[in-house]
Amino acid sequence: MTPSTATASSGAVTLLIGTRKGAFILKSDRTRRTWKVSAPLFLGHIIHHVVCDPRDRRTMLMAASTGHLGPTIFRSTDAGKTWKESPAPPAFPKLPESEKGRAVNHTFWLTPCHPNEPTAWYAGTSPQGLFRSDDGGVTWKPFSYINDDPQYREWMGTVQDGTPDGPKLHSIIVDPRDPQHLYFGMSGGGVHESVDGGKTFQTLLQGMDVVEGFDRTTPTFHDPHCIRLCPNNPDRLYQQNHCGIYRIDRPSDTWVRIGKNMPKKVGDIGFPMVVHPHNADCAWVFPMDGTTVWPRVSPEGKPAAYVTRNAGKTWTRQDKGFPRANAWWTVKRQAMSNDAHETTGLYVGTTQGEIWASRNEGATWTCIARHLPEIYSVEAATLGR
Amino acid sequence: MHIPTALRSYTAQQGEVQVEGTTLADALAALDRRFPGIRFRIITEQEIIRPHIRIFVNDVQAPHLAAPLQREDHIYIVCALSGG
Repeated sequence: MTPSTATASSGAVTLLIGTRKGAFILKSDRTRRTWKVSAPLFLGHIIHHVVCDPRDRRTMLMAASTGHLGPTIFRSTDAGKTWKESPAPPAFPKLPESEKGRAVNHTFWLTPCHPNEPTAWYAGTSPQGLFRSDDGGVTWKPFSYINDDPQYREWMGTVQDGTPDGPKLHSIIVDPRDPQHLYFGMSGGGVHESVDGGKTFQTLLQGMDVVEGFDRTTPTFHDPHCIRLCPNNPDRLYQQNHCGIYRIDRPSDTWVRIGKNMPKKVGDIGFPMVVHPHNADCAWVFPMDGTTVWPRVSPEGKPAAYVTRNAGKTWTRQDKGFPRANAWWTVKRQAMSNDAHETTGLYVGTTQGEIWASRNEGATWTCIARHLPEIYSVEAATLGR
Repeated sequence: MHIPTALRSYTAQQGEVQVEGTTLADALAALDRRFPGIRFRIITEQEIIRPHIRIFVNDVQAPHLAAPLQREDHIYIVCALSGG
């Protein structure tokens, strides 16, 4: 999640880290030079996403499951000091035994709603479902019609059509100008938009490529990895897709593949997408190797972010501080984020359990934590006092 | 009812609790009334015991929630050894 407002913050930053084996909280000093990592929270739980509510800067939700137990949502109202489990986490409706009902395996994505709806949250799950809470994340209900709509169910596909650990509904975006205006992505299943608070959704696929040989008019074959809306220009969105990097400027309904301007030997495949909180021409990606059998690691074992400062016309490599070679990382779609400082700080979590930070918009990088479990998500927050 | 360590955050770390019911479904409903949320970690929204959970009544594995219960039965919720 990118910072939800275009207002610059300063001072200490808190990173909320979800990993395959628990959650961690990293806190910086006011200069963002030194960091302190917490003891593990819910050690052994699979934590897909931890998000601080920017509306009160104290409430946190954590999407969790374990190898044995069903999924749950942990909730804190004191900035992570204490946590309680949701008595009613996201769950699909019970269907008659004659029908094959779905069961949520894990909640994958959490999005705080609009400031005008201060206790509302959205959640995306695997198998793919869209859910909403209106009580600050305590209880959850299916949202909109899409979970049960035959057309959407076809587009969502089955477990065989999704990522290795299940198809995911993600990148739930609320227009900061209008809580009725929503976007979400499905891997696979494409990008979808509602302008009436979820009563209806339309596909937003035009311009997006699919794997060669598949039909680009079929949403099932589209795989957006991560979609971000620019806080200071909500008509502009960027997307890292299975098949390239894109930008769209609404009201246009056509994505432009700005990844074509990336260096050919690096390509434009990756998982995360990050946008500048105060400059809609500026965005970052973290490319991975999408050739042959898709190793999904840094190309040639040389990790680097790439930044555009002109809305995708050109890209600049940012690797100062990263290992020069033999670093076979993957950075997952929720594991790169930024803070709301005027000079935004960037944060990358790796599958090898390292957190890398840049205080200068990617010009230089420093490892601020290592030896954590495999990192699934990194969110930057400014906590309230 | 014997509670595995993975679920004792719900039961204030109690490893054994007493519940009433004539079926396993009744007993789990009673358990959830007392410890809200615990049932969903064990049973899916489609009323199926989760893949890596096993429930035994005395020493017999319960295949589904309709399993009948007798007074004084011992119910064991077990996190299955799922390999590794």
